[in-house]
Amino acid sequence: MWYELSREFIYNTVGFEGKLADASHFFLYDTIKIWFLLLTIIFAVSFLRTWVNSEYVRAHLQGKSALYGHVGASLFGIITPFCSCSAIPLFLGFIQARIPVGVTFSYLISAPMNNEIAIAMLFGLFGWKVTSIYIGFGLLVAILGGYVIGKMGMEKEILIDVKPIDTKLEANLTKLSLQERAKEAWYYTFDIFKKIYLYVLLGVGVGAWIHGYIPTDFIARYTGEGNPFAVILAVIMGIPMYSNAAGVMPLVEVLTSKGMLLGTALSFMMAVTALSLPEALILKKIISLKLIGIFFAIVGSGIIAIGYLFNMIL
Amino acid sequence: MKIEVLGTGCAKCVTLEKVVKEAVAKSGKFAQIEKVDDIMKIMEYQVVSTPGLVIDGKVVSTGKVLSVDEVVALINK
Repeated sequence: MWYELSREFIYNTVGFEGKLADASHFFLYDTIKIWFLLLTIIFAVSFLRTWVNSEYVRAHLQGKSALYGHVGASLFGIITPFCSCSAIPLFLGFIQARIPVGVTFSYLISAPMNNEIAIAMLFGLFGWKVTSIYIGFGLLVAILGGYVIGKMGMEKEILIDVKPIDTKLEANLTKLSLQERAKEAWYYTFDIFKKIYLYVLLGVGVGAWIHGYIPTDFIARYTGEGNPFAVILAVIMGIPMYSNAAGVMPLVEVLTSKGMLLGTALSFMMAVTALSLPEALILKKIISLKLIGIFFAIVGSGIIAIGYLFNMIL
Repeated sequence: MKIEVLGTGCAKCVTLEKVVKEAVAKSGKFAQIEKVDDIMKIMEYQVVSTPGLVIDGKVVSTGKVLSVDEVVALINK
């Protein structure tokens, strides 16, 4: 419905024609659609989140078996907020509760990868199928990555000596009415939206320009089947882009519609969210460079494997 | 009354500290405000998501920036 409406507006009301009309229609349609989805999905996630926070996750995971820990930590990562600035207290807090290093990493991989902005953008741009593939394989990388790191015995790579607490932790969640939860969720949604709406505008703008003016063969040659290293390059390029996920994803969508392989696109987006340079720099204060390297290598190769797998089967 | 803002120097923690200062001024109460950036101390409060807010040794909020009115309400409790 919105598609026809925005089309009608650009072609008939404004009276644009040809490539210009194509690009402006794309821009108008995508921007409004994504803004709308961002608001709805971030609101939904932050509303659910008023029941769960990282303290609760920690108390819940304390003393659980390793398998339960990896799966649980990865699932909780979808719903709980994550800010790389919080990585240190989170990491040490988990260790303090004697949650294994590997389980902590499962959470640390899943939480930023399955953040509400990425999910909303994916859903808006690619639809529910690609979004589920992204979340599903994101969870797999988090579970397996955490498991492998756990098996490597990395406890000595933690640079700060944490005094463990053995008493059962209590998570004090404040009791709120539904109305208060909705208010809090709305406040949070608005706060996030304020920070990213311009990036979306910019990303969709450049995307619209590519959509209208750059020929398909040009993109397919560099990002499609013709380039066997596309996935690896995509992952490396994704590492420094974390804070701009909202601006980068519209570009990926356009590139995909112009011949970039979906596996390459998936790898790129996962690298953008899961491997973040600022987070690595923050973690360097509490864990050794060796462990950070291992963390990046394991997650990176997992993401690359997913990219090649999808390029082969799709 | 002693109010502590827990945070290792992220943008949100700085914002919360400002909010707390405003809230204390607004409430008209006398309170000592302290910014805690020592990770060991933060962990003693069992907070894993910063910024955290502690009033008289009790954790009242974690992981979010509260509004001035919310902090005023917590101070007056």
